[in-house]
Amino acid sequence: MSAADAVAGAQPLVVLDRVRREYDAGVVAVRRVSLRIERGELMAVCGPSGSGKSTLLHLIGTLDRPSEGSVWLDGFDVAALSDRELSALRASRVGFVFQQFHLAASVPVLDNVADGLLYAGVARRERRERAEQVLCRLGLGHRLDHRPHELSGGERQRVAIARAAVGEPTLLLADEPTGNLDSRSGGQMLELLRGLHARGTTVVVITHDRDVAGALSRRVDLRDGEVVGDTAAGAAP
Amino acid sequence: MSAPAATTRQRPVPARLWAADLFRLGGAGLRARPLRAVLSALGIAIGIAAMVAVLGISASSRAQLRSTLDQLGTNMLTVSPGQTLFGEQSHLPDESVGMVARIGPVATATATGRVSTANVYRNDRIPTGETGGIAILAARTDLLATVHGSVAGGTWLNAATARYPAVVLGAEAAKLLGIGAASPGTQVWLGGHWFTVVGILDPVPLAPELDTAALVGWPVATGLLGFDGHPTTVYERSSDDAVQAVRNVLPQTANPEHPEEVQVSRPSDALAAKAAVNSTLTGLLLGLGAVALLVGGVGVANTMVISVLERRSEVGLRRSLGATRGQIRSQFLTESLLLSGLGGAAGAVIGAGVTAGYALWRGWPVAVPPYASVGGVVATLLIGGLAGLYPAVRASRLSPTEALATP
Repeated sequence: MSAADAVAGAQPLVVLDRVRREYDAGVVAVRRVSLRIERGELMAVCGPSGSGKSTLLHLIGTLDRPSEGSVWLDGFDVAALSDRELSALRASRVGFVFQQFHLAASVPVLDNVADGLLYAGVARRERRERAEQVLCRLGLGHRLDHRPHELSGGERQRVAIARAAVGEPTLLLADEPTGNLDSRSGGQMLELLRGLHARGTTVVVITHDRDVAGALSRRVDLRDGEVVGDTAAGAAP
Repeated sequence: MSAPAATTRQRPVPARLWAADLFRLGGAGLRARPLRAVLSALGIAIGIAAMVAVLGISASSRAQLRSTLDQLGTNMLTVSPGQTLFGEQSHLPDESVGMVARIGPVATATATGRVSTANVYRNDRIPTGETGGIAILAARTDLLATVHGSVAGGTWLNAATARYPAVVLGAEAAKLLGIGAASPGTQVWLGGHWFTVVGILDPVPLAPELDTAALVGWPVATGLLGFDGHPTTVYERSSDDAVQAVRNVLPQTANPEHPEEVQVSRPSDALAAKAAVNSTLTGLLLGLGAVALLVGGVGVANTMVISVLERRSEVGLRRSLGATRGQIRSQFLTESLLLSGLGGAAGAVIGAGVTAGYALWRGWPVAVPPYASVGGVVATLLIGGLAGLYPAVRASRLSPTEALATP
C-alpha cells in the first residue's frame, strides 16, 4: 500500500456531498443528499417507495453519476473518473445485491456466483473455487450444480449475495434483500449480511422494512429525495 | 462537509477479459436459446453451403474436364476444307494426308471422307428421305487410334473389312438406327447394298462428328459407293509443344494451292469453351448463394437485436459487476461471430458434402477448392461482425441503471 493509499484508507469509504440526481423528464429522484459512510459500517437506508433509495444506492455504487454535487468512493472522485475507470472501481470494490436477483437462468449456481469475479481478472479455475467456498459458507454447498429456477426464493437471494460477496468487496450494497422473502428467510438474510460485515465488509442495505432497518447499527431515513433522519447524525460533520 | 483531499492514487484500471472467457460468454448467450441460435445459424449455413457447393461442383467438373483432356490429349488438330473464294465447298487434295504426315513433329495423320453419294437405312424398305442425318464417312483404319476413340462392341475396321461391305456405327448413329449390338447377322441398307455392322463406337469427345456417322472402309467406299476419294477431314496428332508450329504450317501443307480455303481447328478448345460457358452459370449461382448469405446475415442481425433487447437486465448486472462498455460490446460481438461462424462452418461442411455427393454421382473427381471453404468462413465472420456490431454497440451504450430497471 502506497502512502496515498494509506491516506485513502483513513478516509470515509463513501462521501456524498450535496448530491442531486434529476432525470431527463425533470423528475428529481435525489434532491440534496450529503452522507458519509465510514469503513466497516452496517447501515440501512430506509424510506417509502419513490423516496429515491435505489437511485441513492446506484449513486453510491457508481452505477450512476449525480446531476449536481459530488460522490467519492474509496477516495476517488467519481466525476473525475471515466466510465471505464468506474467499471474497474466497481469490479474491485463494490458488490451489488439486487431485489430481482438477476441470476442467469440457464447457468448453474456455481457459475452464476463465479461470474462475480469475471471482470476482476481472476482466472476461471480460481473463480470457481472461490465461488464454491462462498456458496458453502452461505449454506448452499449442496446446490452448486442446480439452476436458479430449481431454488427457493430465499436460496436465490443467497446466491445473489454470494455473487456480490465472492469478490470480497469493500462495499456491499443490497437493494431490498428481504423484499421478496418471507420473514424467516428475511431473518436468515440479515444474519448473512451481518456475517459479511463481521468479515470486514461495509454493508449498506436499502429497505422499506422498519424491522430490518431497526436491526442494523445505523439507519438513514429518506423521504422525497432528502435525508430526513440519520441515527449517526451526531457523528457526521 | 469536506471532500477528501488526496486523489493522487493510481486510477483504477479494468482487468482484461481473457479470450477464453469472452468465448465462453458468447457461447453461453447462444446456449441460453439453442433453437433460435440454430435457426439463425441455419440461414448463414444455407448461404455458405450453396456457395461452396456451386464452387465445388464447378471445380469438380473442371477437374473432370482436365482429366478427360489429359486422357484425350490436346495435341490433336483437324484440317477441313473451307469454302472457295466463290462460296463453293472446297475439298482437300487426295495427297493431303500423306503431306500432313510428313510434317516433322506430326506423329499420326489420318482422314475421313464424306461419301455424299450414299445414305444408310435400317433396311431397304425405308423411304429414301429418312436418313436420320447420319453421314457416311470413308475412314482410314488408323482413324480410331488417332482420335483416341474406342469401340463399345464388335471391332474397328481393319485392312480386310475395309475392302468389304462392313460398317462401324457411331454411338448416336447406332441409336438412331436402332441397333444395340454388332453381330455378323446385323445388316443395314447402305448406298443400295447390305452392309454388315461389325462394330459400334463409344462417343468420341474430340471428334463428335463421328458419333452420328456410319464409317466404312476407304477401298469399299471408292469401289462400291462411288466415293470421289477426297478427304474431307484430316486428323493429326503431334507432340504437345509443337501443336502451334504444326498449326501454322498445316494450311499450306494440306492444300498448297489454296491454303486460304483450309480450316484448322483444335477440338480440345471446343471442350474448354464449353467449360467456360458453364462458368457463366456458376457466376449466376454464386450470386444466388451470396443473396442467401446476405439474408442469413440479416437473420443474425435480427437475432442479435432481439437478444440485446431481451437481455438488458443482464447487461445492467454485468455493468454492476464491473464490466466496461468495451467488454459488453465484445461479449455481444463474440456471440454474433460465434453464431455466424458456426453457421459458416456447418455450411462449408454441407457444401463440401453436396459437392462430394454430386461429383461421385456423376463419376467426377471430388474437388472442393480450399479458397471456397476458407473464403466462406471468412465471409461469415465478416457478416457476423457487421450484423453484431450495431446490437453490440447498443448494448454497451445502455445506461446500467436503466438496464437494471427492465424486468
